[in-house]
Amino acid sequence: MSAETAKSSTESDISGLDYEETELKLGLPGSSRIAGSELERKRGFSETVDLKLGGSGGCNLDYLTAESSDTRSSAAVKLPANKAQVVGWPPVRSFRKNALKSCTYVKVAVDGAPYLRKVDLEMYGGYQQLLNALKEMFSCFTIRNSPNNNERRLVDPLNGTEYVPTYEDKDGDWMLVGDVPWKMFVASCKRLRLMKSSEAVNLAPRAAQIG
Amino acid sequence: MGGGGWAAEAMFPDEVWEYVFSFVEADADRNAISVVCRGWYRIEGRCRRRIFVGNCYAVSPAMALRRFPEIKAVTIKGKPHFADFNLVPSDWGGGAAAWVEALAETCPQMEELRFKRMVVTDDCLELIGRSFRNFKVLSLASCEGFSTAGLAFVASNCRNLRELDLQENDIEDNCSHWLSHFPESFISLMSLNIASLDGEMNYSILERLVSRCSKLKTLKLNHSVPLDRLASILCKAPQLIDLGTGRFSADSRPELFEKLESSFTGFTGLKCLSGLYDAVPAYLPTIYSVCDGLSSLNLSYATLQSAELTKLITRCKNLKRLWVMDLIEDVGLEAVASSCKHIEELRVFPFDPYDAEPVSLTERGLVIVSAGCPMLRSVLYFCRQMTNAALITVAMNSPSLTCFRLCILEPQTPDYLTQQPLDIGFSAIVQSCKDLRRLSLSGRLTDRVFQSIGAYANQVKMLSVAFAGDSDAGLHYILSGCRSLKKLEIRDCPFGDKALLANAAKLETMRSLWMSSCSISLGACRLLAQKMPRLNVEVIDERWEGSLESRPNDCLVEKLYIYRTVAGRRSDMPACVWTV
Repeated sequence: MSAETAKSSTESDISGLDYEETELKLGLPGSSRIAGSELERKRGFSETVDLKLGGSGGCNLDYLTAESSDTRSSAAVKLPANKAQVVGWPPVRSFRKNALKSCTYVKVAVDGAPYLRKVDLEMYGGYQQLLNALKEMFSCFTIRNSPNNNERRLVDPLNGTEYVPTYEDKDGDWMLVGDVPWKMFVASCKRLRLMKSSEAVNLAPRAAQIG
Repeated sequence: MGGGGWAAEAMFPDEVWEYVFSFVEADADRNAISVVCRGWYRIEGRCRRRIFVGNCYAVSPAMALRRFPEIKAVTIKGKPHFADFNLVPSDWGGGAAAWVEALAETCPQMEELRFKRMVVTDDCLELIGRSFRNFKVLSLASCEGFSTAGLAFVASNCRNLRELDLQENDIEDNCSHWLSHFPESFISLMSLNIASLDGEMNYSILERLVSRCSKLKTLKLNHSVPLDRLASILCKAPQLIDLGTGRFSADSRPELFEKLESSFTGFTGLKCLSGLYDAVPAYLPTIYSVCDGLSSLNLSYATLQSAELTKLITRCKNLKRLWVMDLIEDVGLEAVASSCKHIEELRVFPFDPYDAEPVSLTERGLVIVSAGCPMLRSVLYFCRQMTNAALITVAMNSPSLTCFRLCILEPQTPDYLTQQPLDIGFSAIVQSCKDLRRLSLSGRLTDRVFQSIGAYANQVKMLSVAFAGDSDAGLHYILSGCRSLKKLEIRDCPFGDKALLANAAKLETMRSLWMSSCSISLGACRLLAQKMPRLNVEVIDERWEGSLESRPNDCLVEKLYIYRTVAGRRSDMPACVWTV
């Protein structure tokens, strides 16, 4: 898979930009688009009705090769900007949507990895279990305990890069995982991010800030 | 056989022909018999035992029963398929009452009723319970309008009930103890599917019912049945073939684990497993003993991570059908492709359909399964990215596909590597898969793909199109080709009047056409209705009020549902539906 087109959400998160704003929009005809052929051709019905569309597929396909590779359309339909407003899309039955909507999952992002995972925080009894689960999920990691405080870090043994588990709380602040009592964490955590320790310098734990 | 119809018929008494015809079961074949001559039409009509009504408004109950007075089994479908995705107004129609009332009056011998996407009221259920002495099978799928009080009536009155199948219905729960209405003497149940019931119920009653119905083969519970209850229930039904569990999670309790494990070990021949709502890894090993025998596994509600899903699925070496969520990821599908060589049907559902973030399930997973599973016939795949190359590979790996439904979550997504439309990919699918019967398209598509579809998709009976095409030509290609097309549903495509009107005759060869958010004008609808008296052209528009007469020809209709019918226009339309 092309690395260029696999957008990493984590880079955009650092600067605080919304993911949607920074991604390339492989978007709708008519909206601002990526580079492609500027040829805009609406093929009217009358132009095509002359084609010999005979019974067993004996149609004249020559005109296909004559066209440029990226035909844009001036389609009459436009999608609203907010995807959630498109009724009935994606085509998932309400029964299924209702069955899964009570899920208490949070997304887990790892710096440098293109894909997110999801975890159900309510499945774990405490921080150690959560860390073990993260370690299993991103199976390259091992856990290293930081000597000076309660911080735990995950290490990628291939290159020694340390990752610090952080989370975004209800107020939108990014905090170090482990700061608050477990239950409070579960209630306030909106998403998790395994941040490279070099990036995490701004997130000093509260304890260290005192005095 | 054959020869001059009149003479041939007179050769044997009717009973002989009836006996001969009884060996012919397929509807298409029975229909063929009935057009040989008047005599056979009459005889066949009298001895037909089951009918399938694909559109409840295509024929009136009276007409159907006049022709087939001795039927014992009826299957009827109501609302258009897109009703599943909230595109059809809730009061559009599809009421079962007219049918149930007619059947109650003329067919006391009725044994099996199957309704899909219909409005079934408690009155209907009551009528069923009262009218049919030997009633055996009630199957309601994606229906609404009834409550557990209606079910209570069925339970207490249908003494010979064999099958109660409630699949994905919207059921009001006003009688939570309805199960206790099955009398103690009632033991005939062979199949019970209550997965769509929302609330709790009396589990002791359920357990007693299961334990006295020794012929029970199918049992599908709802998510409220806790794991310990499941263990006790399963002990009483080791003969089950098809099981749907309830909630598959509990605190870590060794004695529960053991009890559950021994229930599963007790199964003599479990073939299908589903449910597993909110499954937790800790209890999955209890299932291991049945994995080898499973031919169908539905994990589409199991919110497990890829590793756990894979661990379970790779034990099921004889699996033919697998339903799972995209939590399985490409790596999981890779493991499935190497362990489960007999897979015929794969469905991958999105865990979080509105999530725009990339997930680890891509086109790679589909390609790997198509490469590793030579028996693959049916695919439903939700993903976020696709390439033409992947589609071409799937087409070459799986030329025997009969059903291919791809849903790329973001509309109009092109090939992410080349930025090209996915025309070539889908064209490869229809050219290679000559037995394709059902096709759903997605992604960025131009009119070109429809040209291929029209030309090559000769067996496709049902086609679903969304956010695709450039012009009327697209629709024209479909309607002027696609020899076997019966159901066409289109949404948000720039298809307009010309293609529709030029292919009016085609519409009578099809069951139905749905078009919403396209470019069809009211004038075209009027013209079509005028030209084709045996079509009902229903205009559905929730913005409009009152009569259509004053509306100009050039205004675009929001939604359009056209279907062939011999029953004329229906009389139960709500305010937002007009038959033009």
